Amino acid sequence: MDHLEAIKQTFFQECEEQLAELESGLLAIENGNHDPEIINAVFRAVHSIKGGAAAFGYDELVEFVHVFETTLDLLRSEQLKPTPAVTKVLLHSSDVLSDLIHSVRNETPTDSQKVASAKAGLEAVCGEQQGAAPASRGAAAPPEESEEIDFKPISISLDDIFGADEEVEDRARRFSIFFRPKPTLYARANEAIRIIREIKALGETEISCDLTDLPLLTELDAEGAYFAWTISLQTEAEASEIEQIFEFVAADCDYTIEEQRVPFDEEPEAAPPTQPLSDDIAQVMPPASDFTAAPPPPPPTEPPPPGGKPPASEPSPASAPHQPTQETIRVDLDKIDRLVNLVGELVINQAVLSQRVSEAGLPRGSSVMIGLEELEQLTRDIQDSVMAIRAQPVKPIFQRMSRIVREVAAITKKAVRLVVDGEGTEVDKTVIERLTDPLTHMVRNAVDHGIESPEERIASGKPEEGTLRLSAMHRSGRIIIEVTDDGAGINRARVREIAIRKGLIPENAVLSDEETDGLIFLPGFSTNTTASSISGRGVGMDVVKRAIQALGGRISISSRQGSGSTFSMSLPLTLAVLDGMVVNVAGQILVLPLTAVIETLQPRTGNIHSLGSGVRVIGNRSSFIPLIDVGMILSYRFQEIDPTTQVALLVESESGEKCALLVDAIQGQRQVVIKSLESNYGKVPGIAAATILGDGRVALIVDVDAVLSLSRGDYHMSEAAMEAF
Amino acid sequence: MTKKILTVDDSKTMRQMLEVALTSAGFEVVQAGDGVEGLETLENTTPDVIVTDINMPRMDGFGFIEGVRTNERHRAIPILVLTTESDAEKKERARRAGATGWIVKPFDPAKLVSAIKRVSA
Repeated sequence: MDHLEAIKQTFFQECEEQLAELESGLLAIENGNHDPEIINAVFRAVHSIKGGAAAFGYDELVEFVHVFETTLDLLRSEQLKPTPAVTKVLLHSSDVLSDLIHSVRNETPTDSQKVASAKAGLEAVCGEQQGAAPASRGAAAPPEESEEIDFKPISISLDDIFGADEEVEDRARRFSIFFRPKPTLYARANEAIRIIREIKALGETEISCDLTDLPLLTELDAEGAYFAWTISLQTEAEASEIEQIFEFVAADCDYTIEEQRVPFDEEPEAAPPTQPLSDDIAQVMPPASDFTAAPPPPPPTEPPPPGGKPPASEPSPASAPHQPTQETIRVDLDKIDRLVNLVGELVINQAVLSQRVSEAGLPRGSSVMIGLEELEQLTRDIQDSVMAIRAQPVKPIFQRMSRIVREVAAITKKAVRLVVDGEGTEVDKTVIERLTDPLTHMVRNAVDHGIESPEERIASGKPEEGTLRLSAMHRSGRIIIEVTDDGAGINRARVREIAIRKGLIPENAVLSDEETDGLIFLPGFSTNTTASSISGRGVGMDVVKRAIQALGGRISISSRQGSGSTFSMSLPLTLAVLDGMVVNVAGQILVLPLTAVIETLQPRTGNIHSLGSGVRVIGNRSSFIPLIDVGMILSYRFQEIDPTTQVALLVESESGEKCALLVDAIQGQRQVVIKSLESNYGKVPGIAAATILGDGRVALIVDVDAVLSLSRGDYHMSEAAMEAF
Repeated sequence: MTKKILTVDDSKTMRQMLEVALTSAGFEVVQAGDGVEGLETLENTTPDVIVTDINMPRMDGFGFIEGVRTNERHRAIPILVLTTESDAEKKERARRAGATGWIVKPFDPAKLVSAIKRVSA
């Protein structure tokens, strides 16, 4: 059944959502929010996972979830208090559950020891509660659990039952069944006739209807139940099968099932006077002789007339508060990517059209121009909406961080509280995905190195528990994500010492505080001596920086000795559009990612120097930066031109290398839609992608890193020039 | 005539399973994600049988069943509750709210179909 795979996929996707729900709920509970709705949601999440896991036969998962659910049920029924100790166990269990689901999904072995210890933790919590309140229902007690876990679907095959009346031989038995429905049976939408039909299906029946309770029509309550039946059944079926028919109505009727040991061929006459029953309700009406009351009443099974009097017919109060629902659908990312792409085309096409129309010299107020303006507005709206489809709140990734904090805090024996701000802030899905690794790294660092041990904190007059703040906000078309700890701050003397030892800066370098902090982003910088197995501030911070820059983002630090550090990332909201600086080079138009550009310089004769084999550098604030002619590197021209007639753009590569790119002129800044050059044409050295300009021309987007490495290949930049930074 | 079944469950996995099981048994399936949505769905459609979960956000199964039973138009629709076998207490509560019958979880398509056949005319 290929449906099964699809449902499994849904199940695991849903598990992810449930886990997120579970974790955010537990965190809220941990933070003192004991709203029953939150506790309910947490319970539901676990309950849902259990339902699916059971359906797929993931026994180990079911077993663990079951214990978890039992604990949460106690919490829900307020038999268990959400004390910090309890929430800690629950949070840990949610981590273990997440691992367990991962293992099941990827069919990798589970860490059964971890699962067992989490389970024991949960059981201990339940046990404590039991000890504390022995009078309350001991539902959490293990004995019942084991029974409960064992639940198996019992499948009834109706075919077997229906097939039973084929051969009525010596094995045939006779049952006398008495059945008197109560009004509640009808009120719950059960029907006597269905019960009778099911009994009929078991074998040969003779049915008589008892109408003695039927009142006069004037006294008749349409919602009442006045009939009773005696059914004589000849069948091969067991009494339990008949019993099963009454499963749903047992409490809403009086019934008896008696087996009569009567030989098969003697019975027909012995049976009580009966009235054959047909499926047609009208025919249930008894013969006149059976009547004790004169006029035939309406059949009781008839639905009551609309607009009837019972108070029950008032609109349900439960349905009254209709909260608006946020309905969602799941869409393949591919489809959205295609849509984004198409909208990009549309934007470009619209710009091309605009330009053509204005070139055609049509007057401003002409209907074509007006139509075009409307189209432009519409295009912009579509673009915004399509981009918004891919936008997702940063909540899931922030939630993942809470787990990282817990884990690292546990390993390093620190007390850390995570405070999250702006988790609803939305950003493009691709950005979110690629943000996980750098953010994880930074959060680990902050807990491991930023926040001090409880003893140190107490010694310096701080609360024992450290605080890590994770925040996200939108600021002028970008998203700012900050990781702030209230730890010791960056030890600048130490950073400097390490940088000198590693040869990253000369011994006599004069650096501002910011520049010193920035040293930790340099490749090769590492505070190795203090680095633990988890992280090292410095270890891999260059990797973090590169990852952020690859996203078109920037990262900066601010730190105060003794009171903590803030790492701030500024990222674009989407990767489909780029903030570009549009420049002219040898008659071509090129686009440079704005994030790479630090400043623009006007080269003057005095500050350009040639070093050795034709390498030129430009002096900029006490350092010399290599000067690269973009036109030459990209082979637009083969003759250097006078740099003083050009503009230099000071750029920084992902690895932090700086250089100045010479271009002919700057046209301005513009958002451009990124078009892959590689998939449409092929890889071009030094070029990252392409875009299409308003006049329909293709402009290439420069890959700053590639240009730098190209230039190195050409010029063999001297070590001296490199270290000038 | 094809019977129409309304399923009310907040779990997508469960909804998908119900849909596959019921459509392959020849039923027409309408779905809702919680009690509120279930009642909204009933404004435009009249199913032959309703299958509902108990634990749901916004409005749980009990509230939903009561909502159906107090609605003049739909009070006669059989409602089956999806429940775990051990929940005798919940079964009773659901019954009191007006449930017609129940289906035991974990999910077994044969049992589901038989239960539906049992309560539908």
